[in-house]
Amino acid sequence: MKKLTLEDLKKIKEKTQAELEMRSPEGKDKIVVHMGTCGIAAGARETLLAILDEIEKRGLKNVVVTQAGCIGLCEYEPLISVQKVGGPKVLYKYVTPEKARKIIAQHVVNGQVVSEDVLSTE
Amino acid sequence: MPERAHILLCAGAACISAGEESFKSALERELKEAGIYDEVKIIETGCFGTCDLGPVMAIYPEGTFYVKLKPQDAKEIVNEHLLKGRIVERLLVKEPEQKQALPTINDLPFFKNQVRIALRNVGFIDPLNIEEYIARDGYSALAKVLTQMSPEDVISEVKKSGLRGRGGAGFPTGLKWELGRKASGTEKYVVCNADEGDPGAFMDRSIMEGDPHSVIEGMLIGGYAIGAKKGFVYIRAEYPLAIKRLTSALEQARNYGLLGDNILGTDFSFDIEIRIGAGAFVCGEETALIASIEGKRGMPRPRPPFPVNSGLWGKPTVINNVETWANIPPIIINGADWFASYGTEKSKGTKVFALAGKINMTGLIEVPMGITLREVVYNIGGGIPNGKKFKAVQIGGPAGGCIPAEYLDTPIDYESITALGAIMGSGGLIVMDEDNCMVDVAKFFLSFTQDESCGKCVPCRVGTKRMLEILDKITKGEGTEEDLVELEQLAYTVRNTSLCGLGKGAPNPVLTTLKYFRDEYLAHIRDKKCPAKVCTALIHYEVIREECRKCSICFRNCPVGAIYKDEDGTYVIDQSKCTKCGICFQVCPFKAIKKE
Repeated sequence: MKKLTLEDLKKIKEKTQAELEMRSPEGKDKIVVHMGTCGIAAGARETLLAILDEIEKRGLKNVVVTQAGCIGLCEYEPLISVQKVGGPKVLYKYVTPEKARKIIAQHVVNGQVVSEDVLSTE
Repeated sequence: MPERAHILLCAGAACISAGEESFKSALERELKEAGIYDEVKIIETGCFGTCDLGPVMAIYPEGTFYVKLKPQDAKEIVNEHLLKGRIVERLLVKEPEQKQALPTINDLPFFKNQVRIALRNVGFIDPLNIEEYIARDGYSALAKVLTQMSPEDVISEVKKSGLRGRGGAGFPTGLKWELGRKASGTEKYVVCNADEGDPGAFMDRSIMEGDPHSVIEGMLIGGYAIGAKKGFVYIRAEYPLAIKRLTSALEQARNYGLLGDNILGTDFSFDIEIRIGAGAFVCGEETALIASIEGKRGMPRPRPPFPVNSGLWGKPTVINNVETWANIPPIIINGADWFASYGTEKSKGTKVFALAGKINMTGLIEVPMGITLREVVYNIGGGIPNGKKFKAVQIGGPAGGCIPAEYLDTPIDYESITALGAIMGSGGLIVMDEDNCMVDVAKFFLSFTQDESCGKCVPCRVGTKRMLEILDKITKGEGTEEDLVELEQLAYTVRNTSLCGLGKGAPNPVLTTLKYFRDEYLAHIRDKKCPAKVCTALIHYEVIREECRKCSICFRNCPVGAIYKDEDGTYVIDQSKCTKCGICFQVCPFKAIKKE
């Protein structure tokens, strides 16, 4: 391997810092995918994978994706909630992979809530 | 596929001993079975510090902290937490009193009350991945000194930070570097003293296992500052994992050109070699360490000349301890003022301590200097187990001293601890409760140093032996009050006349216990009683006839056949055969055996 220059050191730092972002979840936008048995049966895994894929495609660094269990609204599954830093927590219903991509583009990136899919806002 | 979770699995020596490896393979198997192996990343990190709870892991982005993991827990974690997002409550840490589960790593008082500078990356990054170190500002300090700072600037920054040697003596690091820089000679060396040998101390091992690059970077900066091209890490053979990780870190640093010629395109060249010691305690003393690296028998020599003027092969040599080196990069990046904002007037920054003994959270912590012993023992360490009473804390290893309960509010800094007759030492903190006999504790530490005495100077070789004989006599109930006078005199003589720190420090446990627990010595001498019921010659076991249910458990478990049945079937201990092992006392289900 060739010797590092100052420039290389900076590049490695930036690249790996992005990978380590996950370990400091404070101050980031949060997407929670509800993945109880009901959610999984309704296709929450596909939704989750679509969300991860969309985040990677867009190179979003300030977003963490976590899961949660059933919240008792099984009828509306797959459910996801999106909370931008400092913003309200918005719960979306019937989130198919396509809708998930749209929510990321519109809500997470541009800050516009996708109102037709909202179930409730906290 | 981007990863959606990072699993930080502690792979410090304590967690490995507790079964981390078999848990990891179970976890990998379950992840594959569930089909999500590619979605999560497992990172084996250095020591989290919560050694009592091992194996431990943290799952990010939530930061959920799971403890005491067994291979059979892997399935539940994968199916519940990673698939369904439900926290597995039973594997969380429980708050001792409230019994409330603490879900994330930041909820634990153990972590909340720490300030981690030397341990900044330990338990957070993969120690075998140099790029994770670089991401956390790693080698930025080196880049800064090589491109923006003169060696004199570096030295003055370190001086200004107030950093003092973390190996025990507390010599100002910047001053040592300055002496090294000014020493005449073109060939100079830097050495990392990783010969950590205090019983119950594992600060340096954890840094080398968890963040070896921080030590390497510290040494590079030290080498640049004093004008050395070569460094040595002197590490004991008992630390195989630390040696392995350090070796691989050195290799990576060489591959990246961070060690070797013309580092980062500058004209600075530097390399580091590991020298493995055979584990003699005295080799932590700098002149003995030098002799050992040179291939000679590890024995100290009189100082001066000090190693900064005449060290390895007679050349100027700056020796610092592991933790000291690990503190250097953050000082350079964040500045001396930032570092000096932690700690007290004369003791700046933080100190890593290894908590051991009778304390709920045994493990590794880093706290600002000036914090009180009480905060460390109770707020971070979680207090004394089983509702027992705190008695004393041995600080500074076998050359340190016992500090009793009335001084629990003493701030931890070099001067305050020395004023009490103990030493800061390398950072071992051994907590003792009411069940510890202080004469026995003094005997334990002295027998360690006596055993490790190299034998070169008479006070240490003969003096510690005589002291140990007196302690032995006292614990057998054969001591006299004159013995105490002689013990104290001998202790002062050994302390004042020994050649090196080993002999000078060896009497400290005896002197401090004599000072703070003289009544316990007198109970052994006058009443022939060991108040803590530890010294076997002064205790005996007896069956309480009224309580005995004749179940025969004591009889069956006695290893020397000292228990027999009398006419009515009650068991009796034959005192002439009893070896006082205490097994009958432990196994009796009806507490019908008393210890007196």
